[in-house]
Amino acid sequence: MLSDNNKIVHRKKILSSFLICTGLFVLLFGRLVYLCVWRADYYAGLATDLHERERSIKAARGRILDRSGKVLADNRTVCTVSVIYNQIKEPERVIEILSRELELTEEYVRKRVEKYSSMERVKSNVDKEVGDRIREYDLAGVKVDEDYKRYYPHDELGSKVLGFTGGDNQGIIGLEVVYDEFLQGQPGKILTVTDAKGIEVESAGERRIEPVAGLDLCISMDLNIQAYATQLARQAMATKQADSVSILAMNPQNGEILAMVNVPEFDLNHPYELPEGTPEDITPEEKQNLLNGIWRNACINDTYEPGSTFKIITAAAGLSAGVVTPESSFQCPGFIIVDDRKIRCHKIAGHGSQDFTHTMMNSCNPALITVGLRLGLDSYYSYFEQFGLKTRTGVDLPGEAGTIMHRKEDMGNVELATVAFGQSFQITPIQLLTTVSSIINGGNRITPHFGVRTQDGDGNVVEEFQYPVKTGIVSAETSATMREILEMVVLEGSGANGRVEGFRVGGKTATSQTLPRGSGRYIASFVGFAPADNPQVIAIAIVNNPQGVYYGSQVAAPIVRQLYENILPYLGVAQTQE
Amino acid sequence: MAARKTAGKTAGKKGQSEYFFDYSLLFIVLFLLGFGLVMIYSASSYSAFEEYKDTAYYLKKQLTAVILGLGLMMVVANIPYHFWERFAVLGYLVSAGLITLVKTPLGVASHGATRWIRIPGIPMNLQPAEVAKLCMILFLAVLVCKMGKSVRTMKGFILMVVIPLPIVAEVYLLTSNLSSAIIILAIAVLMVFVASPDYKKFVIMALAGAALVALVVYLVVSGNDFLKFRGGRIRAWLEPESDPTDTGFQTLQGLYAIGSGGIWGKGLGQSMQKLSFLPEAQNDMIFSVICEELGLFGAVAIILMFIMLLWRMMIIANNAPDLFGAMLVVGVMGHIAVQAILNIAVVTATIPNTGISLPFISYGGSSVMFLLIEIGLVLSVARRIQLKEL
Repeated sequence: MLSDNNKIVHRKKILSSFLICTGLFVLLFGRLVYLCVWRADYYAGLATDLHERERSIKAARGRILDRSGKVLADNRTVCTVSVIYNQIKEPERVIEILSRELELTEEYVRKRVEKYSSMERVKSNVDKEVGDRIREYDLAGVKVDEDYKRYYPHDELGSKVLGFTGGDNQGIIGLEVVYDEFLQGQPGKILTVTDAKGIEVESAGERRIEPVAGLDLCISMDLNIQAYATQLARQAMATKQADSVSILAMNPQNGEILAMVNVPEFDLNHPYELPEGTPEDITPEEKQNLLNGIWRNACINDTYEPGSTFKIITAAAGLSAGVVTPESSFQCPGFIIVDDRKIRCHKIAGHGSQDFTHTMMNSCNPALITVGLRLGLDSYYSYFEQFGLKTRTGVDLPGEAGTIMHRKEDMGNVELATVAFGQSFQITPIQLLTTVSSIINGGNRITPHFGVRTQDGDGNVVEEFQYPVKTGIVSAETSATMREILEMVVLEGSGANGRVEGFRVGGKTATSQTLPRGSGRYIASFVGFAPADNPQVIAIAIVNNPQGVYYGSQVAAPIVRQLYENILPYLGVAQTQE
Repeated sequence: MAARKTAGKTAGKKGQSEYFFDYSLLFIVLFLLGFGLVMIYSASSYSAFEEYKDTAYYLKKQLTAVILGLGLMMVVANIPYHFWERFAVLGYLVSAGLITLVKTPLGVASHGATRWIRIPGIPMNLQPAEVAKLCMILFLAVLVCKMGKSVRTMKGFILMVVIPLPIVAEVYLLTSNLSSAIIILAIAVLMVFVASPDYKKFVIMALAGAALVALVVYLVVSGNDFLKFRGGRIRAWLEPESDPTDTGFQTLQGLYAIGSGGIWGKGLGQSMQKLSFLPEAQNDMIFSVICEELGLFGAVAIILMFIMLLWRMMIIANNAPDLFGAMLVVGVMGHIAVQAILNIAVVTATIPNTGISLPFISYGGSSVMFLLIEIGLVLSVARRIQLKEL
C-alpha cells in the first residue's frame, strides 16, 4: 500500500513537522529564559508586593529636652489592638472581650470585627497592661502591636509651647508641629506573607524593616525657670482674679527663649479634656473651638495694644533721629492738643517741666507724643518698619500673629500721636519683647526661638540650628542711652516695683485699656531686663484683666521682680557691689 | 503477540520477537502523567482544601481518570488499529452530534461556558471537543488512504481542507471554544501537510495565516471592537500590566509565578501564586506553577519530555506498516504538539490568553482519557511494525 516513493515523501514531511514543532519549543524555551532570568527580579518583586501584607511599626518619636537635658516630652510603650477578619474564629467572644477590656461600646467593636478588610484597627494608645491582658486571652484574629505614645512628664508645664501629638505620631500644636520632621523618624514594617484572601501563610514567617527613631530636640527652655514662672503666673492670676497671665523670658543677646508661660495651661497628657463645668451637649464644632481657645498661645497667637511699654520704641526712634537727647526739656500741662484733639496725660495735673529721661520715668504721654510729632509721620513710620515691627519675628512656633497697624496713607497726626504712646495698633508680646531686645542689645534684631539643636539617642549632635540676626537697628550709642534711661525708670521712676536687690534692672511698665474703651478692662504689663548695662535676660509679664488695682507698675512689675530675684542668681548673673 | 523488547538494539536477535512495542513512548507518557499528578496535587491542594476540605480532591479525581485512561489505552493498544477504520464516518457524525448536545439540558456549564455534557449514570462530564479531536484524526487518516493519489490534485487538497471545517465551526460557534477549534484545525492542516507531497501551498497558507493574525492584532490595537471579549484578551496580552484587575489578571499572575521561580525555582510545594492568586493553577496555568516551583530547570525538563514524545511518535509514524497507521500517529502527534506549544505560549504570554490545557499534566479527566486512548492507537500502530523492517 505504501509505495517507497510515497514513503520517502511522507517521511520527509513527518520529519519537517517534527522539526517545526521542536523549533517552536526552542522559541518558547528562549521566551522562558527571558522571563526566568532577565525579568525574574521584576516579576518576583511584584509578586512579593502582592503576597506580603504590611503592618507598620511606629518609630520612637524623638524626645524634647530642656537646655540642661531634662526631658520635657518622652515616649511610653502602649499597644494598638487590631482585628483580622479572616482569622477570627469566635466573633462573639472577641466582641465581648474587646468591648469590655477596651471600654468601648459593643456596637463600635462589632462594626470593626464584622468589617471585611484585611486588618482593622480597633483602638490605639491602649495601656500596656491592658494590651498584655488581651494578648493572654489568645484570641484568634486579634493582634496586639506595641508602639509608643507621647508622654509629658511635667503634665501642664509649657503646654502651649511643647504641644502634643495625635494618634499617628504627628504633631498637633506647638514645637511638636514645627519640628515634626526631625522628631518623627521612619516607621518600620512587619511584612507577613498571605494568600489571596489575606490569610497568613504560617510557614513563610515574617520580615521586619526596623523603624528609625526620631531625633531628640534640645530647646532653650529652662525647666526650672519655666516652672517658677508658671508658679508666679498662677499666683498672680489667682490674687488678681485675672483672665490670664503670660510671662516670657528670653536671652536678648541671641533670642533663646528661657520660659514662655501662658496660664491657664492645659494637661498635655489629656489635651482633649474640657474644663469642668462645660456643658455635655455641645456640638463637635463648638468643642473644637473651645479646645482651640484652650490651646492658644497668647504670647504668639494673640495681639494686644502694648501701651506705655511701646514708648521705648518711640524714644529709641527719637534718639536715633536726633530729635531728642536725654537732656531735652519738655513741658507737660496734663494734656496735649494734636490737631483738633485734646489727648490727656495719665497725670491730670501734668508733670510740669522735665527732661527726656524723666518723661520716660514718669511715662508722660504728651512728651512722647511731642517726640512722635517731631519725627513726623514719614520718619516715624519708617522707624516702625526699620525696627521690624511690621514683619513677624520668625519664632519657631506655629501661628504667629502679624502686627495690626494703620496704613500709612490713613494716618494723620492724631493716629501718629496715639501710636507714639502705644495705642490704636496691636502687636504680639513676642514682637514687643524682640523689638525691645534689639533696642537694648546694641541694635541686633534677633530671632526669638526655642529650637537649639537636634541630637540622636546617644546625645551626638546632628544639627545646630542657625537663626537670622538683623544688625544696625539702632546705633550702639542709642542702645546704651536707652539702657540708661530704662534703668532710671526702674531705679527711680514708674517701674520701681521691678527693682531687684543687688542687680541692675531696666524696664518699662504699661497699663493699657482694652477695646472697647470704658469697659473697665485693662492689661497690666511690664518689660524688664537685667543687668541693665549688659542685658542677659529680658522678661515680660502680662496680666490680662486684673481685678482691683490694675496698674502695670503695681500688678506686672512685681511678677518680673520676683522672677528675677530667683533666676538672676540661678543664671549666674553677677551681683553689683553696692 | 509476544512483543517484548524495544527498537533497533535487539533487532539483531532474530526469533526473540517479531514485533515491536514502544516502551520508550510508554515510559515518557507515564513520566508525564506521574509528574502531572504530583504537580496537580501541589498546585491544587490549597484551593482544594479551601473549597472541599480535602487537599487531595483534585488529585483523586485526576488519578481515577488516569487509571481509567491507562486501562483504555491498553485495550486500544491491543486492538489492531485497522479495526477502527470502519467507524471513521460514524465517528465524524457522532462527534458532530455530540457537540450539539451542549445546547440541550445535558449541557454542563463551567467557567462561564457550556463545553461539557453529562453522561447519564457516570459521575463524569464529557467534553465533546475531545471526542471530535479523536474522530477527526481517525476520519482524516481514513480519507487520506481512500483518496490515494488524488490527494496530490488541487481538488483533493481542497476537499481535505474543507472536510474538518464544519466540526471546527461547530466547536467554535456552539461551545465558543476557540482553542479547541484551533487545535482541530491545526491537526487537520498538519495531516494534510503530511499527506500532500506539496510544500508551496503550505508556505502560502502559513504566510496568509500570519498576515491574518497581524491584521487582527493591528485592528484590535487601533481600537476596533469587532472581536468583543477576544479583543480585550489581545490587549491584555500586549500589556498585561496595564489592566491587572481584569483580563490581564490571569496572564500577569502567571508571569509573577514564572518570574519568581527564576532558574532553580522555589522548590516543590513552595509556590506562592497557587495560594488562590493564580486562577486555574492546577489546570491551564499549571505550567507557571511548575516554573515557580521548579524554575527554568523544571520547565526545560518538561519541554524536553514533550520533544522526546514527539520524536518517538515520529519514529513510529515513519516506520508504520501502512499509510493509515502513519496518518493516525501523525494526527496524535499533531494534537499533542499543538496543544503543548499553545499552552506554554499562553502561559508565557507569548500569545493571547485562551484556555488550553497542557497534555498529560493539566487537571482534566476527559482530556487525559482521550489523550491516553490516542496513545493507545499509537502503540497499536507501533506493535504492527515488523522489526525486520527497521
